[in-house]
Amino acid sequence: MSVALASFVRTSGDTASLDLIVGGARCGGCLAKIENGLQSQPNVSEARMNLSTSRLHLVWEGTADLADGFAKDLQEMGFSAGPYIPDEADAADLAQSQTLLLAMAVAAFGLMNVMILSIAVWSGGGDMSTTTQNLLHWLSAAIALPVAVFSGRPFFASAWQALRAKTTNMDVPISLAIALACGLSLYETWQGETHTYFDAALMLIFLLLIGRVLDARLRARTGLAARQLAALHVHNARRLTEGNGVETVPTTLLTPGDRVLVASGERVPADGIILSGKSRLDAALVTGETALQAVVPGDALYSGTINRGAPLTVEIHKASADSFLADIAAMVDAGQQTQARYVRLADRAARAYVPVVHSLALLTFIGWSIVGGSPRTAILNAIAVLIITCPCALGLAVPAVQVVAVGRLFAKGVLIRSGDALERLATVRHVVFDKTGTLTEGRVRADVSGVSAADSALVSSLAHHSTHPLSQSLHGPETASSADAVEEVTGQGLKGVISGHEVRLGQARFMNKSGNDRPGLWARIDSREPFQIIVEDPIRPEAAATVKALASANLDVSILSGDAVETVNAVAASLGITDVTARAEPAEKLAYISALQDAGNPVLMVGDGLNDAPALAHADASAALASGTEISRSTSDIVLQGDTLAGLPFAIQVARAAKRRVMENFAFAIGYNMLAVPLAIFGYVTPLVAAIAMSASSLIVTLNALRMRRVGAYEGPSHPGQDYDEGRS
Amino acid sequence: MTSLLWLIPIALVLGTCALGTFVWALRSGQFDDPNGDAERMLNDDDFPLT
Repeated sequence: MSVALASFVRTSGDTASLDLIVGGARCGGCLAKIENGLQSQPNVSEARMNLSTSRLHLVWEGTADLADGFAKDLQEMGFSAGPYIPDEADAADLAQSQTLLLAMAVAAFGLMNVMILSIAVWSGGGDMSTTTQNLLHWLSAAIALPVAVFSGRPFFASAWQALRAKTTNMDVPISLAIALACGLSLYETWQGETHTYFDAALMLIFLLLIGRVLDARLRARTGLAARQLAALHVHNARRLTEGNGVETVPTTLLTPGDRVLVASGERVPADGIILSGKSRLDAALVTGETALQAVVPGDALYSGTINRGAPLTVEIHKASADSFLADIAAMVDAGQQTQARYVRLADRAARAYVPVVHSLALLTFIGWSIVGGSPRTAILNAIAVLIITCPCALGLAVPAVQVVAVGRLFAKGVLIRSGDALERLATVRHVVFDKTGTLTEGRVRADVSGVSAADSALVSSLAHHSTHPLSQSLHGPETASSADAVEEVTGQGLKGVISGHEVRLGQARFMNKSGNDRPGLWARIDSREPFQIIVEDPIRPEAAATVKALASANLDVSILSGDAVETVNAVAASLGITDVTARAEPAEKLAYISALQDAGNPVLMVGDGLNDAPALAHADASAALASGTEISRSTSDIVLQGDTLAGLPFAIQVARAAKRRVMENFAFAIGYNMLAVPLAIFGYVTPLVAAIAMSASSLIVTLNALRMRRVGAYEGPSHPGQDYDEGRS
Repeated sequence: MTSLLWLIPIALVLGTCALGTFVWALRSGQFDDPNGDAERMLNDDDFPLT
């Protein structure tokens, strides 16, 4: 993947700086490796990695051209790197989390000071003179009211928005409870009475803000996966100018008629036609086919395919927004609409909760008025109901669990896109795998175990002279000896002389055996009998264990592939999967997923190719490997890092545990309310009781969330910084 | 009870100092990378902050 980084560099004088999104950094070891590695370069004056946002800030002396070198260094260390493009959503997220933290701090300050005064009133009780008590109440009011106004703004603003849109949300009862508690307490203070709820109002704000801060942190972390992909998705194109010069422009600025250069290893930026150059094309993104296609001038190219041979000059005939990739993106968007219809657990709880609480408070007021209580008693008890049903436990129940779960998965190399993706993953009953690249490695590999080492070295050396994928599968790690008189016969094979031996590699009939037309890849050394080299796309070593683990988690497993029936059946048989569908086009894959969903089975789709993207977007939850195509990763809820499927059962296990914890928390909140609400209705809830009940319920909910830390034992794939981690003690 | 007249202001001043310190920490970017900082302190080598 080649992205010219130079255009993202900011220069001022001799110094240049760049922000990169770095993939794969997960621990302190990675931090140390990246920062030390880059700082040891002579020009680099600053390298600072932010682990929370996966962003690396680099400053160096020199020109912008050095940027690609740094990205290469990172790749050699084992991390992927793409340019970070700041967008408005990012800036807004940051500003929001700062506002929330500040609001929380101010609420904590107010809460602590008011609590000092309240405790004095509660414990001083009868001994305290009315004057002193009034003084303490007025002081509390002076602290609490401005703090409530400042720290309560996030709730007031959101409640106001909801009311203006003629709906309600969780923030409506919260705002009402805060406003009524403050208003009532001020009235009581003015009247010189004993019951003030300033501390309760502030505690409500403080505890709920903790939930909001956690939620914001979760969004920052889960947005990461999406941002990482978006960053990698940006391409620059090299456009030929009128005078046959070359300029680097963002892909989005290409218009039909432009001519662009596509060097070896680069992606085609937009749909077009080859003007000059002959090459081989990696169209795995489009077809899922791993074999390279030969292309000549006049051939049409789809955006996203990779040039694996000689440089090409391409005339663009569709803008990048109308290109093939954009069409697929539209299909994906449509699929994601169905996912967006999922209603989050917290919202479902809020919908049930709001009307119940408000009716209860109203009934309390009416009830006390009927049985002859004074209006003051009636209002006091109605407000006590609003305060005691405080949704603190509800507000913390979901974010606390999800923050812990997502953090745990992140540390094991499983990136989750959002909190509700975690919820959807927990509901899944059926797992559908793509074959090529998902259950198999997606790369053909030659099996030379039946061949002597000397022979295989000769064959491998010859193969180094070809870019044909079958030849590439023979490339060994050892350095190749040079071959003389190499000749490639298109469509037949390759021959050359290595260390005095004549070596041939290719089809059976290329071995000079007339009438022999057997399939497969053959090699011949000198005039010896030709031998066959077995070439296959191996099944991932962890695939069988993964399928087994999923089955034992009560999930149905099936294969959905675009490949030929025999190949798919062979893989299915060796993995013990009985439900097999082969030769499925992207649209058929989509239909297959829909059929399962209509039968009432929420589906998890695991895929890697562009042809899987619509199915991934349409499934209830989706997972892709980090080694898969960009589009499959950006479509999926889960990205498995480290090129292994092993994290998948763990992710499902954690998602289910998270759902259990959330449900437990809800059950606890309901139980708590069943106990506390009658007390409030009958007028037994004093400010002291309210304070204890609120803090205790929030604490229990949070502690329950922390139990998530102990779910499952999965080591996670190894990652580049691990050696550093193990070295420290 | 006259002790309240100076104990309460002291409590408020101390609280305000703590709040001021937090605001300073927030503004100076100390909450930008909680995960990184948690890991960073375990590394033996020191990295310059700027």
